[in-house]
Amino acid sequence: MYGVVIAFKDFKPVKGILGSEWNNFQHFKDLFSSVGFFRVFKNTIYISLLRLAFGFPAPIILALLLNEIGHVKFKKITQTISYLPVFMSWVVLAGVFFEFLSVQRGPVNYLIKVLGGQPVEFFTDKRLFITMLISTGIWQGVGWGAVIYLASLSSINPELYESAEIDGANRFHKAVHISIPFLTPVITILFILNLGGILNAGFDQIFNMYNPLVMEVSDIIDTYVYRMGLLNAEYDFSAAVGLFKNVVGVIFIIISNSIVARISEYGIW
Amino acid sequence: MSILKKKSIGGTTFDVLNYTFMILFSISIIYPFWNLILLSFSDQAEATNLGFRLWIKTWDTAAYNYIFTHNNIPMGYVNTIFRAFAGTILMLIMCYLGAYPLAKKNLPGRNIITIFFLITMFFGGGLIPSYLLIKKINLMNSRWVYIIPGIFSTYNMIIMRNFIMSIDKELEEAALIDGANYFDVAFKIVAPLLKPVLATIALWSIVGHWNSWFDCLIYIKDENKYVLQLIVRRMVVQSQGEQDFKSLEAFNRLSEIKIHSSNVKSAVILVTIGPIILIYPFLQKYFVKGIMIGSLKG
Repeated sequence: MYGVVIAFKDFKPVKGILGSEWNNFQHFKDLFSSVGFFRVFKNTIYISLLRLAFGFPAPIILALLLNEIGHVKFKKITQTISYLPVFMSWVVLAGVFFEFLSVQRGPVNYLIKVLGGQPVEFFTDKRLFITMLISTGIWQGVGWGAVIYLASLSSINPELYESAEIDGANRFHKAVHISIPFLTPVITILFILNLGGILNAGFDQIFNMYNPLVMEVSDIIDTYVYRMGLLNAEYDFSAAVGLFKNVVGVIFIIISNSIVARISEYGIW
Repeated sequence: MSILKKKSIGGTTFDVLNYTFMILFSISIIYPFWNLILLSFSDQAEATNLGFRLWIKTWDTAAYNYIFTHNNIPMGYVNTIFRAFAGTILMLIMCYLGAYPLAKKNLPGRNIITIFFLITMFFGGGLIPSYLLIKKINLMNSRWVYIIPGIFSTYNMIIMRNFIMSIDKELEEAALIDGANYFDVAFKIVAPLLKPVLATIALWSIVGHWNSWFDCLIYIKDENKYVLQLIVRRMVVQSQGEQDFKSLEAFNRLSEIKIHSSNVKSAVILVTIGPIILIYPFLQKYFVKGIMIGSLKG
């Protein structure tokens, strides 16, 4: 962590970390005035917000739907299948999707062509790429995300449902008036904790899926730091970018955790 | 009860839709992997434009022969298995050594030490300072770089600590009176009681190591030290966007033995996830228990 001081210095590897000159916050000045950084910051927030808007409700819906499955064995098998992708790295999943959605030999584009459509370049089209990120992200994480909601749902006293049935409630009523209110505290907590991680737009996934054609929309802070720092060897500048991200990130996490701690007993410290 | 069991038309429609949705959802998860299996076993002509298939006519293992003989996959396995097991065992020992004393209420400075550890959970120097540090301490291009940076996990240590604190104190006190020292108590009495927790943490760690690639990408130059995931990345991901000359070269050599590049790519992916899939039924049971352990902390 000591190496972060290079973010405030004009770092010359030959002089070492201590020997390099202080440069009066120049990297931070460059950072806030550079177009490149503005773009990656905007992309990061945009992708994160989309993940919250679509990726966050998905496991809740899946859990509620699974909860309605009466056949125990069927439910268990579906659930087991649903969290298979979470055990795989994005390197592997990127490979799986590149083949699955390949223009040349992927089954999806094959069916599109059979039905008379034009093949779709899912991963090289700027307009589609973000959609692909969000949807493959949901595909990967939804089953695992549902586990925690299903655990809460299974702790609901069955008598509540039974008495609602006697009062003439159908399953939709039961879901809206019993299951969802019961899940609300968990949902609130997880939502606030997710907000705390808003500067993490999913490095592993994006780094393995993006390419120069979609760089403009998919470049996030983490990928920017990687390229600037390790490919262009601008150590000091990218250390400053990384430090900025970490400091803001920690502030977000502290805020979100203290909100959670205030509204419940589940704070993480 | 018979009145209650009777379902409305709306309820039945919902059931049909719900079951259909679940089946489609399961297919959407399994089919991409099945597609990959078919691709890896199809012959060159079929692999060029496989399209939508549920089965293939001839099953050809040439791609697998190729990757196990002409490729660094076998060495990748050795490296991945090394980091998964050595990394996990050392991590468990280090975390336990931190967790046991911190579970003792009478440890001087206990809170300060805990806060010190917790800070590292939320704030780090970032990519570049870590990179310069690894360079400085000569871990570049060494297999130990897979293990040493992650040898201590605050999160796992806290989980262990909380479980140790929930163990009955009298058991330890009795052993201490019988003349055992703290090391005996920690390793012979307390540790065995933590077996289920340790097993869950170990499985998380093994899967985490198995799936890691970024450290290998930035720290390792020698191809003999690559882990499986990075080999996959170089073949599958980089040749899509950033051109990887090495893997292209390798693919060109392939043309003599009649394997399509997609055969190789899919076979490499499959041998990488194979071990995970094999132990998956066992894994997922422990993992679902593990998510509950995580929520118990604090």
